[in-house]
Amino acid sequence: MQTKVENNKAWFLVMPVFLIVAFSAIIPLMTVVNYSVQDIFDPYTRYFVGTEWFKQVMLDSRLHEALLRQFIYSFTILIIEVPLGICVALMMPTKGRGASLALILVAIPLLIPWNVVGTIWQIFGRADIGLFGAFMSGIGVDYNYASNPTDAWLTVVLMDVWHWTPLVALLCYSGLRAIPEVYYQAARIDQASRWAVFRYIQLPKLTNVLIIGVLLRFMDSFMIYTEPFVLTGGGPGSSTTFLSQALVQQAIGQFDLGPAAAFSLVYFLIILLVCWVFYTTIMNMQKDK
Amino acid sequence: MASITLNALAHTYTDNPTKPEDYAIREMSHVWEQGGAFALLGPSGCGKSTLLNIISGLLKPSNGEVLFDGKRVNELKPEERNIAQVFQFPVVYDTMTVFDNLAFPLRNIGVPEYKVKSKVYEVAEILELSDQLKRKAKGLSADQKQKVSMGRGLVRDDVSAILFDEPLTVIDPQLKWKLRRKLKQIHEQFNITMVYVTHDQLEASTFADKIAVMYNGQIVQFGTPRELFEKPAHTFVGYFIGSPGMNFFEAELKSQDEKAALMFGDHKISVSEAMLTRLKAMGANKVTLGIRPEFVHVWDGKNDDAFSVDVDYVEDLGTYKILSFMFHGKMMKARLSEDQKVPSGQIYVSFPEQWTKVYVNEYLVDVDGQADTADQNKETDHAN
Repeated sequence: MQTKVENNKAWFLVMPVFLIVAFSAIIPLMTVVNYSVQDIFDPYTRYFVGTEWFKQVMLDSRLHEALLRQFIYSFTILIIEVPLGICVALMMPTKGRGASLALILVAIPLLIPWNVVGTIWQIFGRADIGLFGAFMSGIGVDYNYASNPTDAWLTVVLMDVWHWTPLVALLCYSGLRAIPEVYYQAARIDQASRWAVFRYIQLPKLTNVLIIGVLLRFMDSFMIYTEPFVLTGGGPGSSTTFLSQALVQQAIGQFDLGPAAAFSLVYFLIILLVCWVFYTTIMNMQKDK
Repeated sequence: MASITLNALAHTYTDNPTKPEDYAIREMSHVWEQGGAFALLGPSGCGKSTLLNIISGLLKPSNGEVLFDGKRVNELKPEERNIAQVFQFPVVYDTMTVFDNLAFPLRNIGVPEYKVKSKVYEVAEILELSDQLKRKAKGLSADQKQKVSMGRGLVRDDVSAILFDEPLTVIDPQLKWKLRRKLKQIHEQFNITMVYVTHDQLEASTFADKIAVMYNGQIVQFGTPRELFEKPAHTFVGYFIGSPGMNFFEAELKSQDEKAALMFGDHKISVSEAMLTRLKAMGANKVTLGIRPEFVHVWDGKNDDAFSVDVDYVEDLGTYKILSFMFHGKMMKARLSEDQKVPSGQIYVSFPEQWTKVYVNEYLVDVDGQADTADQNKETDHAN
């Protein structure tokens, strides 16, 4: 019989990881949790309020609207960016100088800082000095993103499509490059149509990069703040006020830290939940039946 | 079903070929007759796959033409050539079931569904995939995947030819043998022209009726396994076919008072009179002699007509033994039959005239056969 030797020193070896994770994730998150269950007036005056803030947040119709808007927005840009990104990737040249050139051109929007993107589109969309705005009024469309909610939406969506489709395209491009030539050769021998090649070779091989692409784009668009803030400031009215902006208004504009903290946690959980559901569904679909 | 003719075919991957080495396929003409089972045998990088891809149309040849039943198909795309090709690494359509994979080539050409069904079941039966038909192809093992990709080549029975590009590389030896038998059966059943690329001589000779040996972008010999063994048309064939390969040594043609003789150092090598006359006529002084280890005669006792050599070592390969000996500074091998006693020290060997092959510029000089490959190839060498 051998007795188990307890060696507690081993715990020291995981300390660095524990510390890093604590500082990077757990402590900031716990601060928010702390605020979400207390009413804090100053560092010495605070009351435990339990789920009070959560109830308030859950019943806030302003937030309901922002959430709905947020879902519509994320869904819209995914519906546009994913197929568009795939198309762009399919059309990009694969060999020679054209390939490098196309890669650089496609990647340019990704290199621009968020608030600059907002500023670019703010100017670009103006009817008096912006090319896009001038073009729209030139063809007889009464376009004004600052006063018309539809135009504001259109501009915000267009801006995101311009900014982030390249990411999807680049991911797909790398996915397509990774498909061995022999698959295309086999498809030609099997007399497969162009559509069949896409449907049965390219799309299945793109699944993994598309999962990453959709998750990234969903999370990023669901948290979008800077660009609409610079472009429309959430207006006109609150027509382009998404969740982040509503949160910032509450936390910094009104300094309601308790409800804002509760809101943050709910926000975080929604993202986590949607990603988890999406990922699990896709993974189950891929399983061998 | 078709015969495949390659007419003055050449292929290069470079833009401005200047020397013969720039060509992956050097100019060649060749005919694969309708309904034959052929192997294309050669070492890695000799142009086998290039040649196969040219036949199927995946590659456009730089020069020359490809004819199916006498009709030029250079301009036809692979999908228009109605050909089947199985690649070295399994290609399956991951998201489809095994059934759909096998049905894919048929559905693409609009075969009615009831025919698709019966054909897929038939092929699945042959390849022992029947119980896997409902599974997604993604979850299959490598050899099952390869069976599926072979199956896709076999479902269309109206194809001009089926091309195999080392299809059994990823398959276990046990199953390899079985699948090769299967292919052979399918060939006998449907009488489809099959070309099988491999670098394994055993695989080639068990599958094919005739083997084309390829070396440096050229087919150096096309013949039955027996012809390749007994009468290698090129030193490479002698070296590549057989285990171990042919023994080679250099000899000189010397004339002594009207009479010519092939001399290896001070030793006279016996060849036929006809051969000597031919060599003289060709003006060849230096020749290469080749003899297979199987044909080297090892004498049990002292023999004055034989060469005296020293045994270096003997390898026991189970059913037979390979004797290595030094023949005047040149390492050579002989195969000993089972019942022969294992010699050591000084022994006597001789090279039977019938099996001593003479090569000039790497090509066989043949005096009793029709083919005179050495002469023919001299011309093409100049042309290149």
